[in-house]
Order: sequence, then C-alpha cells, then structure tokens
Amino acid sequence: MTTYTTGPKKLGLVIDLDTCVGCHACAVNCKEWNTGGHSAPLPDHNPYGAHTSGVWFNRIHTFEAGDGEDSRTVHFPKSCLHCEQPACVEVCPTGASYKREEDGIVLVNADTCIGCKLCSWACPYGAREFDDDAGVMKKCTLCIDRIYNENLAEEDRVPACVATCPAQARHFGDLGDPNSDVSRLVAERGGYDLMPELGYKPVNKYLPPRPGRGAGCATAPAPLAPADDSLHPVLRWIDRVLSR
Amino acid sequence: MRVDAGAADAGAAEREQRARRHDARREAIDTSPSVHDEVKTTTCYMCACRCGIKVHLKNGRIRYIEGNRDHPVNRGVLCAKGSAGIMQHYSPARLTKPLLRVGERGAGEFKEIEWDEAISLAAKWLGDIRASDPRKLAFFTGRDQSQALTGWWANQFGTPNYAAHGGFCSVNMAAAGLYTIGGSFWEFGEPDWEHTKLFLMFGVAEDHDSNPIKLGLAKLKSRGAKFVSINPIKTGYSAIADEWVGIRPGTDGLFVLALIHELLRADRIDLEYLARYTNAPWLVIDDPGSAEDGLFARDLTGNPLAWDVAEGAPVNALLADIKPAVVGEYRLPDGRKARPSFHLLAERYLDRRYSPDEAAKRCGVPAATIRRLAAELARAAFEQQIVLDQPWTDWAGRRHDTMIGRPVSMHAMRGISAHSNGFHTCRAIHVLQMLLGAIDTPGSFRYEPPFPRPCPPAGKPAGKNVGPGLPLGGMPLGFPLGPEDLLVESDGTPQRIDKAFSWEAPLAAHGLMHMVIANACKGDPYRIDTLFLYMANMAWNSAMNTAGTMKMLAEKDPDGGYKIPRIIYSDAYFSEMVGYADLVLPDTTYLERWDCISLLDRPIGNADGPADAIRRPVVQPDRDVRPFQDVLIELGARLGLPTFVEPDGRPRHPGGYRDYIVNHERRPGIGPLAGWRGIDGDKTGRGEPNLDQLDRYIENGCFWKYELPPDQRYYKHANKGYLETAVKLGFLDRPAPIILHLYSEPLQRFRLAARGQGPVQPPEQHRARIETYFDPLPIWYEPFETAAIATEEFPLHAITQRPMAMYHSWGSQNAWLRQILGQNRLYINRATAAKLRLVDNDWVWVTSHHSRVKCQIRLMSGVQPDTVWTWNAIGKRAGAWNLAPDAPEATRGFLLNHVISELLPERGGFRYSNSDPVTGQAAWYDLRVRIDKADAVEAGETAPKFPALRRAPGLAAPPPILRYGADLK
Repeated sequence: MTTYTTGPKKLGLVIDLDTCVGCHACAVNCKEWNTGGHSAPLPDHNPYGAHTSGVWFNRIHTFEAGDGEDSRTVHFPKSCLHCEQPACVEVCPTGASYKREEDGIVLVNADTCIGCKLCSWACPYGAREFDDDAGVMKKCTLCIDRIYNENLAEEDRVPACVATCPAQARHFGDLGDPNSDVSRLVAERGGYDLMPELGYKPVNKYLPPRPGRGAGCATAPAPLAPADDSLHPVLRWIDRVLSR
Repeated sequence: MRVDAGAADAGAAEREQRARRHDARREAIDTSPSVHDEVKTTTCYMCACRCGIKVHLKNGRIRYIEGNRDHPVNRGVLCAKGSAGIMQHYSPARLTKPLLRVGERGAGEFKEIEWDEAISLAAKWLGDIRASDPRKLAFFTGRDQSQALTGWWANQFGTPNYAAHGGFCSVNMAAAGLYTIGGSFWEFGEPDWEHTKLFLMFGVAEDHDSNPIKLGLAKLKSRGAKFVSINPIKTGYSAIADEWVGIRPGTDGLFVLALIHELLRADRIDLEYLARYTNAPWLVIDDPGSAEDGLFARDLTGNPLAWDVAEGAPVNALLADIKPAVVGEYRLPDGRKARPSFHLLAERYLDRRYSPDEAAKRCGVPAATIRRLAAELARAAFEQQIVLDQPWTDWAGRRHDTMIGRPVSMHAMRGISAHSNGFHTCRAIHVLQMLLGAIDTPGSFRYEPPFPRPCPPAGKPAGKNVGPGLPLGGMPLGFPLGPEDLLVESDGTPQRIDKAFSWEAPLAAHGLMHMVIANACKGDPYRIDTLFLYMANMAWNSAMNTAGTMKMLAEKDPDGGYKIPRIIYSDAYFSEMVGYADLVLPDTTYLERWDCISLLDRPIGNADGPADAIRRPVVQPDRDVRPFQDVLIELGARLGLPTFVEPDGRPRHPGGYRDYIVNHERRPGIGPLAGWRGIDGDKTGRGEPNLDQLDRYIENGCFWKYELPPDQRYYKHANKGYLETAVKLGFLDRPAPIILHLYSEPLQRFRLAARGQGPVQPPEQHRARIETYFDPLPIWYEPFETAAIATEEFPLHAITQRPMAMYHSWGSQNAWLRQILGQNRLYINRATAAKLRLVDNDWVWVTSHHSRVKCQIRLMSGVQPDTVWTWNAIGKRAGAWNLAPDAPEATRGFLLNHVISELLPERGGFRYSNSDPVTGQAAWYDLRVRIDKADAVEAGETAPKFPALRRAPGLAAPPPILRYGADLK
C-alpha cells in the first residue's frame, strides 16, 4: 500500500444527514459552478431527449432504510470523499489521478488522463464521473478554483455546494486539525466514515441523524389529566377574572 | 510528496517508476481564476420564493448564479431551481417571435408575425369587447408575480373576470388566515425559528416556501427543538422530522379539533391571551329565528359587546382594562340572551365527537398519539414559556417589562389547502394557535409585515357595475363580508365567469381559475369572447380533467366557430398551452426584464420587517420577445384605459413596466415599491414617486428591507409601536389593535341568509350547502369526493407533490433539472401493494370516478397505507417544451390531473365544481382511486397519450450535446 505524505491539512466536507432534505441544491449549484470552472465543461448528452446523461460531481441518493413504521427516508448526497488512501490514485496508470500534498484534495490532471476508467472501477464510492465527450475522467475538485480564489470575498471561498445548501447540511474545513469547526462538529455529533472497513480512510464525514425526540422517546409527557370533573365543563371558567 | 512505505508491497524498481510518474502528476492549477466580468443582483423567478440572486456574467454569458447573502429571503443560499436558472434562461424551448395560429386550434400550426401586428390585433379584439361588454374578456394570469399590475389592468379594462393561480394553490390558506388572524401561513407569516420549541408542520408537500423553511428547519434542529410533520408521506421535510404523523389525507381538521378537545378538557389554554387579543369574550346573540341570531351583540355605534364581570353589565369589548367574561349566559339590555363566543367554542369542542378516540377512527392516527401530542403542546406552551427581556407598549399605551412567549409554532400548506374542507381545517389550526396563546409571541407563529391586517379583511371584490368602456371601480378580487358583497344577479346567477363570489364559492378571494374554461365553453353563466392567459398551462398540468380541458379549448359550435372564440396567450416557453392559442405573445426570461416584488401583491420580507424587491434585465434578449408587463401596459395605452393614458391620450408610461413601477400610485404616496420614495428618495412606505428609485434598489442589491426595532417584533397585532410603524409605512390606515377571530361573524351572515334572513339570499338549491359550510366555528367534514363516491370502489386517496428541485417552476425543459427527475412513478405502501398483489415496478391503471391513467408503481414504507402519490407535473405532452417526443417525460411520465374532475359527481341534477364550498379552492387532493394491475402488453408506456405537438416556428432543434461553460473557464 502506498503512503501519502500529505501534510497535516485534510480539506473535506462534513454532511449532516439530520437536516439534508434531499433538495438537490448542492448538486445543481456544483454543476453550475464547475461546468465553467477548473474542469469545464460538465457536458450533458442528449439534454432534451431520451436517455439524457450528464456529468455531475455531486449526486443525491434517496432511499428508505428500515421497513414499516420505523422506516426512514434517507437523502444521501455523495461526491468524492478525498480519501487518505485513494484507490483511484493507486490504480492510475499515467499518474493523472493524484492527491495534493498541501491539502489532500484528490484531482485528475486532464492533460495526462487517458480515459481508461480504471479509477472509476477502483473507487468504492462511485464518485468519479467520466466525460465521454472529452474522453477524460472528472470529479469533485472540492472547488479548488473557489476555496483559494483571491478574486472572491473571503466568506465565499468555500465549495459551491456548501455555500448554497439551504438546509445548512454541508460544512467545509480542515479535518486534519482537531480544533477546526468541522472536526469539532464530527466529534460532537459522532460523525462517521463511509464504509470504513474498506480502509480508504475517506476525509469527508457524515453526521448521523440526531437522536429522535419522536413518539417513543423517554421525555414524552403523560396524557393531559382532565380538569376538575366536579365543575361544569364550560362554566368552570365562569369565575376566571380576566382583563383586556 | 509521496514516499513509499518501504513495506513488501512494491519492489524498488516499481517504486522508482511510481515516483517518476508522480512528477508528471503535478499540474499547474489556477486557484484564483477570474470569476466574472461583472456581477448583477436581481431576484430569482425559478419558483414563488423570490430569493435574491447574484448573476455572474462573463463574455456576455451567464457564468454563475448564486444566492445573495444580504437578501432577507434566502440569506445567501440558493436551491436547485435557482442554481439551474442558467439552463432556464438558455432553454431551447424559449419562444422567439409573436405567433398567429393558421391551422385548426390545437393543431399547432402558426406563422410568425411582427410585434406591431400582434399588439394591433390584440388591441382590436380587446377594444371591441371593452366597447360592448367588458365581461367578455376573461384575463387569468397563472404564476404571475405582477398581480398588482395585472389586477389593476383588469380593473381599468372593466372586467371582473380576472384572477391568478391562487384558486388552485393557496386560497384556503389565505382566506382562512385573513378572516381569522389577519395574516396567514406561507408568505404572510413564519414560525419563530429562533425560539420555538415545538413545531408542527401540516401537509407541506415539499412546496411553500422553499429556502426559508429549509433554513428554518436547520436552525430549529440545531437548537434541539422538536419538529413534528403531519403528512401522509414521509419525504422531503417530513424525512427529517423528529416525529412523522402519517395522517389520512383530508382528515387534518378532525385531528386538530381533537387536540383542541384535549386542551379544553384539561384546561390547558391561555385564557388571558384569548381575553386580550381575540374575540373570545364578544357576546354572540342567541335569538334563534331572528335576523341577528349568531351575530355579535353591538352597542349603538357598532362596537361589539362583552360582559364585564366587575360591572355586571355589557361593555364595549374594544375598551382596555375591562374584565370580560369568556363563558356564561347574559341578558342584553334589550332582553335578548347572549354568550361569549368562547363559550360556544368550548361547548362545541368538548363534545365527545371531537375526542381523540373518535378522531382516530377517521384520521388513521392512534388516539394515544393525539393525546400525547396535546400534552406536548401544553407542556411546551405553558411549562416552557419564553420570557424575553424586552419591554414593549401595547395598543392601549400600557408598558410591559417583558415579552412572554408560547414556544409552539405551526405551519401549513398544500395538504391542508387543496381539500374541499381546507378552509375550515386551516381555521381550526389558527384556533388551536389562539387557544395556546401562540400567535406572534416569542417562539410562536409570527406575522410578516405588512401583516397583520385588519380582520376580517377589508376590500370587497369589484364587479357589481360592469359596463361598456367603464373601469370596474375597484380591484376584481377581494373579501366579501356578507351576502350583499357577492357578485350575483338578483336570482343568484353568478356574475363572474368562474363563479367566484357567488353562492357556489362566496369567499373566492383568489378566483377559480380551474373553472374558467369549462364554464366559458358551456356558457355557464355566459359565453365569453376572449380568453387571455399569462403563464398558465391550462392545456396541461394547471388544469383538472386535462384531456377534457384540451377538448374544450378547441370545441366548436354547430356554426363552426370556436366556443371560446379567441385565445391570447403569453408565455416565455413552448408549453402545452401554446398549441391552443390563436395569438402567442412571447415573453422574456426572468433575467431579461424589469419586475417588482410589491407589497401590493404577495410580499416578501420576514417577521422582523417588511421587504420588497425588483428584477432588472441582467442580459438583453437575443430573440424578438417582449416582457409581458410592457406589452400589457402598451395595450392599456392603446385601449385608452384611464390610468394608462394621459388626459390627452398619450401613453402615461412610455417607458413600459420600468416607468410604471416608479411612477404608478395606487393611492397618493403608495406605489409598487416602498423603498426610497419621495422626490429625494428619503421617504419610506409613503412618498412621492422618485425617479431614481430603481437606481437606489440596484445599489442595495435589488431589494429594500425595513428592520423593525426589537420592541416591535412581537405582539404586532396589539403593539403600539408596531401599529404606528404600520400606519407610517402605509400598511394600516389607523393604529388600532387587530383582534383575532375565533368566531367568524362574516360566515354567520351567509348562514343567516341561508336561513331566510336579509335581502340577498341563496337560491333554494344552495341554501342547505351555505347553511352547513358557513359555520362561524371550524367544522370538519368528509372531503366531497369521498362523500360522493362508493369508497369501496375507490378505496385509495391519491395525492401529488412537487419535487423540491422543481416546485413551482417550469422545470421540464431544464437540461439539468430534468436529469434529477424526468419520469414519475406512483408510490404505494408496501403492505397495501401486497394486499393488491402488486410488486415493485408493476404497471397499473389508476381509476377514479372520472377517468383513468396508466403508470408504473414504486413501493415504499413511508406513506399512509390508504394513500398513493406521485410527483406532479413531471409528465409532459410529447413534443411540448421542445423536448424530443420520446423523452421520458412523455413516455414514462404521467399526470394525475387526468383523473381529477373539475366537477363533483351529479347530485339532484346539479354538479358543483370540485372545490371548497367556502372559498372555491380547487380540491385536487380529494381524489379517490383504485389500482388495477395492467396487462403485460400494456406495460412500458404511460397513458393517456396525445399526438405530439409540432415544434413552433422559430424554435431550433435542441443540441445533441450541451457543453455549457466550456468557453467560460
């Protein structure tokens, strides 16, 4: 196995499954930014007909977990997880896929990519996107052309998906720094790795749904006791002194 | 840099090879590319949310659209629709030039004409109508965000036959709210996201409103507040609720009344709040058979009376510091008996028929759940009350040191609205809020200024006096307060084409767009000459009985003339409706025109202050199209409509809509925009027109926001400071408190008419219906379709939702959004499917009392077992929107609209519209169906099918591949 010296900085995303409502805002804003960005374009084949197929760096999967009364509708946004042990980089025959030393972002050099798709076979998360038109592999760049962009206001230097998320379910930061906001969020909320057993050590983390305060929770109050039954049900309020 | 592990995984040669390869990996990355040549702010129009956006332009093209961080609606975020605005703007479905029909209507044969010919033709048709009978113009405007202009134009033209799409969207919510609390859910109010501890969301079908709800839910959940979703379907917002209450459609009203029953029985209600702020103490006359039975007892000057327990006498209920009784029976000075309205309310809902056990039988929600939720409401409201250290002064000048709040909030929308019992259900929710003291207090539902407004609402519908060449004399839509305000002939015949404000739909404050075509075709109540539509896809997803509506649009009389002689349609896109127009006026996209989001129309802003906004052209049209509003203003001038021309006949607004936005005054000092008024732009709310107003808006990001000071942010209905601000800004005429109406006297006035009182009474056939449904206290009844059909024959409820990525948008032609959802399934509960011997992916027929559709099913757990549902408006007619005829929208998408009838089944020789009996709201969620497995040979394509629309002139074949942005890097 290859070891990557990537420095302490591990930029990535923290995605909150407690508030993601599956609205696709992140996916579309990502598409819109990136189709004119570093990996431009993100083409769409047959965009107005049957069998439309486009390049998207971020996709939302909606499914039900569990069954019956206890089922949960899950909205699961997925993009490149910028693994610490990226299988995609490992298998790339030309070295086009690489992991940046300075921040851990996994990128593809379009000039040296030969479009062999080995990386997409290797990625266990299905996070790579093949641009059929150009014949090269593309993927989430963590908005490399935004996060350091001196032409943008400082507060806008975050990935497009994070900036746009209406449910505030996406967070960006340095997961290599235990004191960063994102690391603290992960610690507080029990953030987890996707399929950790595979050993790719994804940088991106997911936050599980917060513990429910639903029907069965311990803090549910007892049913209301009827007010004094000896009184007339309506006229019991006759002596209440109220003021306007 | 990479270093090898040195372990046994690779030999030295390979290590070296990899290291060499790695050198090639580094690429030069420009991490600070220029993003734009220019950024322009404007307002989104991808749905009704009206978020602030920043449009980045590069090489004259749109590089990127993002949310405007400073904007009060979206605070920087932007949804999928807003982010897909680029694809909407550059859509190949955009119309390019005015079109004139040359073949048969519906055949889609057009020729291109010049604008001058188009406008002259429209002016000729409309001028002839105005000179003879202005009612013969039916002007309906769909998802129009310029209703302050279009309604005014109808008024000046002189036709009462005007409305937008509210009649099938939200009129139950708007009317119930405005007649009850002087405000409403949706854009008239919001939960106190900062402070609420328990939030109940009823029937929000992934729709209204978009970004503010998502922002709010995130805030609420991060604070650990509890979110309960009452909804038959567990998707979208319901998917992240702490508790999902999978209620049976159309039974929410009964569920709410059972909560009320529990709270009353346990005496867990806020009587102080009721006495101070609602009409709970107002005395209701108990004099059966008289003309005033059930009305409020009033003094000689018309003030309502309350019984003062200290005085032992009736007193003016509007006075401060009285000691009003809320229960008991009292003698009025004239000897009649009267009881406080709260007495009537308590008596009704304490009855066993509103008990959780009774409700559970209909709602499909266990009685224990209803009881527990009632207890949770009581606990949050009364044991977790919020006290803000914020002094304020009430309407009577009394200073309060703190603001006390009941941190229980509610929000409701489509799933309540689109039922025939929606008005009463929505009123029941407002009554629940009032009983908990949870209206505009910290932690509760909060009004968004300009609301609250006086309750019951002011402004009656105009249309009583229609005549050749005459303006209407008022706005066509309004709020009747009694039978005398209806628009009916002396025999009860409706005066409007949609029968709004008639005995069939007395409080139809948004009109009944869903009935216009059917009524006009039948000549019931009369025939029209021209149907003029804007952004209303009535030949497809905006109609009930879609196939029937398409037929009616092209239906002919025996003499060969069309039953609807002329149809003018304006749209930016090649929608299904275009094929049925005689004259097509191509509109611009939202990024190519001026617009205003006016307080005179549907306000934006939030509970901390009012706001309005503009759109401005960020790019110029590359086609021969014109903004509809400009065209309407020009038509107004050509027709000589009073406020559209100068006294000498010259156009008053030669600069089009831009000119109108700045210079039009509805009343002296009140115009479309509230910000930067006055000659020097230093006035707010009221002030003379300011010629530089739009520049000020642009400098401020294309919106205006007024921040209320902290002491005016709650108790707005009774807050002296706020009420005075509202007068200053032009929202209220005087700073009087706004009383909330538990008991609705206007409803009782209609009921009295049904009982034979007064000069304006319903015709015999409508009497019982008015008597039943104009109950001054909320009632629950079985939705009409359920009551009218054999439920064993149609055992399932069928409802729709808009997907979040497409809600309220014109998404199907959008290359990006249609990749998210390009075909729809019918979702069915797993257990229900098993009983019907259906498995995932089966093809089925969905049959209602009216018609049937064929579609493919998908099983799920998170749906109420007696309910099936699908995504709305995904199915498209082949060829429409410039999609390929074999696009999945046409082959595997379907509309449930086909099986929804615009009429209820016949009863006593008469068919009422499929609407709420109070407001006329289209009851499309009342639908009942059965599901039958389709034959194997029928699988594979949805039905019904219609001939493909032929591509309109001027539209190019869509590109086979889209490389948007390749040249913008």
